Amino acid sequence: MALLTIRNLSLGYDSRAIVENLNFSVHAGDYFCIVGENGSGKTTLMKTLLHLQEPVSGQILIGDGLKKNEIGYLPQQTMVQKDFPASVREIVLSGCQGRCGLRPFYNREEKRLAEENMERMGISALRERCYRELSGGQQQRVLLARALCATRKILLLDEPVSGLDPKMTAEMYALIADLNREGITIIMISHDIAAAVRYASHILHIGANAFYGTKDAYLKSNAGKLFLMQQKGGEA
Amino acid sequence: MFDKLGMYLQYPFVQYALIVGVLIALCSSLLGVTLVLKRFSLIGDGLSHVAFGAMAVAAVLNLTNEMLLMLPITIISAILLLRTGQNAKIKGDAAVAMISVGALAFGYLIMNIFSTSSNLSGDVCSTLFGSTSILTLTPKEVWLCTILSIVVVILFILFYNKIFAVTFDENFSRAAGTNTNGYNLLIAIVIAVIIVLAMNLAGSLLVSALVIFPALSAMRLFRSFKMVTVCAAVLSVLCAFLGIIISILAGTPVGSTIVAVDIAAFAVCYLAGMITGGVRK
Ligand SMILES: Nc1ncnc2c1ncn2[C@@H]1O[C@H](COP(=O)(O)OP(=O)(O)O)[C@@H](O)[C@H]1O
Ligand SMILES: [Mg+2]
Repeated sequence: MALLTIRNLSLGYDSRAIVENLNFSVHAGDYFCIVGENGSGKTTLMKTLLHLQEPVSGQILIGDGLKKNEIGYLPQQTMVQKDFPASVREIVLSGCQGRCGLRPFYNREEKRLAEENMERMGISALRERCYRELSGGQQQRVLLARALCATRKILLLDEPVSGLDPKMTAEMYALIADLNREGITIIMISHDIAAAVRYASHILHIGANAFYGTKDAYLKSNAGKLFLMQQKGGEA
Repeated sequence: MFDKLGMYLQYPFVQYALIVGVLIALCSSLLGVTLVLKRFSLIGDGLSHVAFGAMAVAAVLNLTNEMLLMLPITIISAILLLRTGQNAKIKGDAAVAMISVGALAFGYLIMNIFSTSSNLSGDVCSTLFGSTSILTLTPKEVWLCTILSIVVVILFILFYNKIFAVTFDENFSRAAGTNTNGYNLLIAIVIAVIIVLAMNLAGSLLVSALVIFPALSAMRLFRSFKMVTVCAAVLSVLCAFLGIIISILAGTPVGSTIVAVDIAAFAVCYLAGMITGGVRK
């Protein structure tokens, strides 16, 4: 059984669908990339998968004993965070809230987990710094460390490299690839098809030229061929 | 002057005012950060107007304890406002504005029609800008205020981590399995309780100042949520204490004096923030 099975899913706002009839599944260990034009509904799809909004129709089946509080999410940055007074440590620790349930305070193990994940993301030195004073790349690492506190199984990343310079982008992709190798399932939104083709095991292309399948199949598909042609055109 | 102060402090009504004032100030500062950052500042304002309307009704009905009517009405409005705030279709701001102005007009209207008081404009003025009611509290009201304040503080401490998480990033919390709607509801109810409490101190038009200024001041100085919250609480308590003392000595209205002290504190924090921020960068 797959971690996530999506059947005839239509999504949108106010029961007006913007994407219709999606069918795909995500298995444990996959590196699943969602690509498509800006505004094609990638973020909406991810929010629907996370049950942050209702699907217009269709089903999202969760398998393999994945629990609701075992999902890590890296959102596209929201405005509130921009002037929020919060230290890196406070934010990373807040990733443990799903584990707490109704318990009011974090226990020792959760604090250790937060330290571990800050270490893993290379942000331990920033632990007392204010989130809003960090660079874009550092901020993304903080949010990734927080997401890692929430899960050991599956990460959903919404454009994790948007706004990062090329060097930080490469570092971020390397970090995510490492996590995937350690066995964490990745579902990542990207409008950077080159990165998707490079790292992903499966690709879902929504919008025009819709496609779902493995990366190899994608490269042979219409959408993939179009992309390859554009690349060649770019190089020529 | 200190003799005069010492003499005043002997009176039970002054002691009551100080105890209740300090407790209310403590509560009102706690959720300030959340309110400011969730763009809920307007809701706090709207709620205080609703509470004014409720107070007018209570006055007309000749209730002995107005808070017993104001509390439920304000809490229900808080829940409704929160709901509409989440609904993308009706703009949250517009809904708040409608309810708050409506409540204000309605409150004044029924006070005008039904009031038997000879000094109507005085009554209205004192509900809007804070009366001397903090100095005329009965022991029963002191107990009610004290208990409510303590409940608010305990709730805040117990749910501090959740409130932080939900305020910082609601979507992440929801994705991680937290019942964010439940916590939003809790926040709304606590805000409503705080507003009703704080109206005793500053009146309906000035309540938001008590909630927002300490948080804004603390945000100038500190950069972690915990320190901002602690600092806001300390500032708020100090300002309220000072404000009450000054108003007793100088005979000024309690609410506006406290707010004036809050504003002075904000100015100091703003400057201090500029200086230390300049050094740190
Ligand atoms: N809250 C909303 N209400 C109504 N429509 C929305 C809302 N958010 C996004 N949309 C619309 O849904 C479409 C898909 O948006 P989104 O999922 O954010 O795209 P992407 O992430 O692929 O760039 C866009 O056309 C956008 O205008
Ligand atoms: Mg998007």
